[in-house]
Amino acid sequence: MYRFTYHQPADLDEAIQIASSSEDGSYLAGGMTLIPTMKFRLASPSDLIDLGAVEALRGIADEGGHLRIGAASTHAEVAASALVTERLPALAGLAGRIGDPAVRNRGTIGGSIANADPAADYPAALLALDAEVVTNRRSIAAADFFTGFFSTALDLGELVTAIRFAVPAQAAYQKAPNPASRFALVGVFVARHADGTRVAVTGAGQFATRYPAFEAALDASFTPAAAAGVTVEEAGLMTDLHASAAYRAHLISIMAKRAVAAC
Amino acid sequence: MATDPSASIALRVNGKDVEGRAEARTLLVDFLRDTLRLTGTHIGCDTSQCGACVVHLDGVAVKSCTVLAVQAADREVRTIEGLADADGSLHPMQEAFRQHHGLQCGFCTPGMVMTAIELAQSAEPLTPERVREGLEGNICRCTGYHNIVQAVLAGAAAMRQ
Repeated sequence: MYRFTYHQPADLDEAIQIASSSEDGSYLAGGMTLIPTMKFRLASPSDLIDLGAVEALRGIADEGGHLRIGAASTHAEVAASALVTERLPALAGLAGRIGDPAVRNRGTIGGSIANADPAADYPAALLALDAEVVTNRRSIAAADFFTGFFSTALDLGELVTAIRFAVPAQAAYQKAPNPASRFALVGVFVARHADGTRVAVTGAGQFATRYPAFEAALDASFTPAAAAGVTVEEAGLMTDLHASAAYRAHLISIMAKRAVAAC
Repeated sequence: MATDPSASIALRVNGKDVEGRAEARTLLVDFLRDTLRLTGTHIGCDTSQCGACVVHLDGVAVKSCTVLAVQAADREVRTIEGLADADGSLHPMQEAFRQHHGLQCGFCTPGMVMTAIELAQSAEPLTPERVREGLEGNICRCTGYHNIVQAVLAGAAAMRQ
C-alpha cells in the first residue's frame, strides 16, 4: 500500500481536528474494508486516523424505545450484547452472520454504514428500524443516509458516532449469503412497528432501499403468503458475476417471505 | 502520533517483550514474519479471505494481514509459535490436529488452530455445525474440512478438561 501518516487520537475532538487539518485523511475503524482497499492501492489516504482509542464511540445503551449502539461497536460485540439480544434479536443475529469470526472481531457498525457497501447487511436494518445516524455534527435519518453506490449523506470529515435504532414489536432478517464472502446476494429486513411494517432490501440494487409494495401488502396481512404475493421488478437490480437481476428479484421474494415467517 | 516513514514499536509477543521498526503501512503479519522472524503465521491471499494469518491480539482472533503493525503497539499478540510448552509438548488443539490428521499440506493450519482456540473458548457448546460456521474465515484447499472439524471438536474437549 502507499505511504500514509498514522494517528491515534485519544478523543473525538482530536480525531476531528486531525481529519480537518489533513490533506486527504481517512478515519480508520475496524479496517476490514479500508485496509484491503489500501492494499489493492484503490485507496491512498494521506493520513489514517485510527478511532480505536476513542472511548466516546463505544458502548450499547437502552434509551427506552431506542437502542443506541456506539459506532465503534464491533459486529461481535453487537452479536453478543445481552441488551441487543434481548431487545433486538434480529439485529444481533444479523451482526453474528456478517463475514466471518475474525472480521466480526474487528469490523464495526459505524465503519460498515459509512462505507455503504451495496451488499452490506447493516443498511437494511437501519432502514427497517427507522434508525438515526448520529454524527459529530447532526442526526441523519437512515432514509436520507444511504444515497447511492458506496455513497452516504456524510460530509467530508464528518464522523458517525452512534446509531439509534427504534425497537419494533417484531423483526427478522433473512439473507442469501454469497458463499465465499458472506456478503448478502440479497438480504431482507422486516420490522413491524406500531405505525406499520418496514421492509428494506440490501444486496440487490445500487444501495439498500425500502420496498413499499411489501410494506403495503404486509400492513394488509402480515403473513408469508402476502409477502410471496408481491411482484418484484427486475428493473434497477444488479447483474454481476454472482447473480442476475432476475435471480436477485426472485431472492427478494423468497427472503421477504422467510423473514415474515421468522417474525 | 505520526509513524511515517518508520518508527519503533514495542509489544508483547508470545509472552516476551519485543521491539522492532515498522512503517505505518507495515501489516502486522509482515512485522511478525519479516521483523520478528515468526514465520509460522502464513500469508495465503491478498484479499483478507483465507485466514492463514490469524493470530490473537489481546486474546481476540484477528487476520494479521488486515491489521497494521502499529495497531498492535503496546498490546499482546499470540501466534502459533506461542502455543506449545517450553518442553515442546503441544497445545491440546495442536495435538488434536495431529491426532485427527486435520491437515494435508499444513499451510492453513496455523490460522485454523488460532481460530479454533478462540472458538473453543466461547461459552456455547460446540457442534460440528457450529465448528463449520466458526471456521468460515479459514480456507483449506486440501482436506474438505472433515478432519479439521473432528480435530477442533476433540481439541475443544481437551481444552475444557
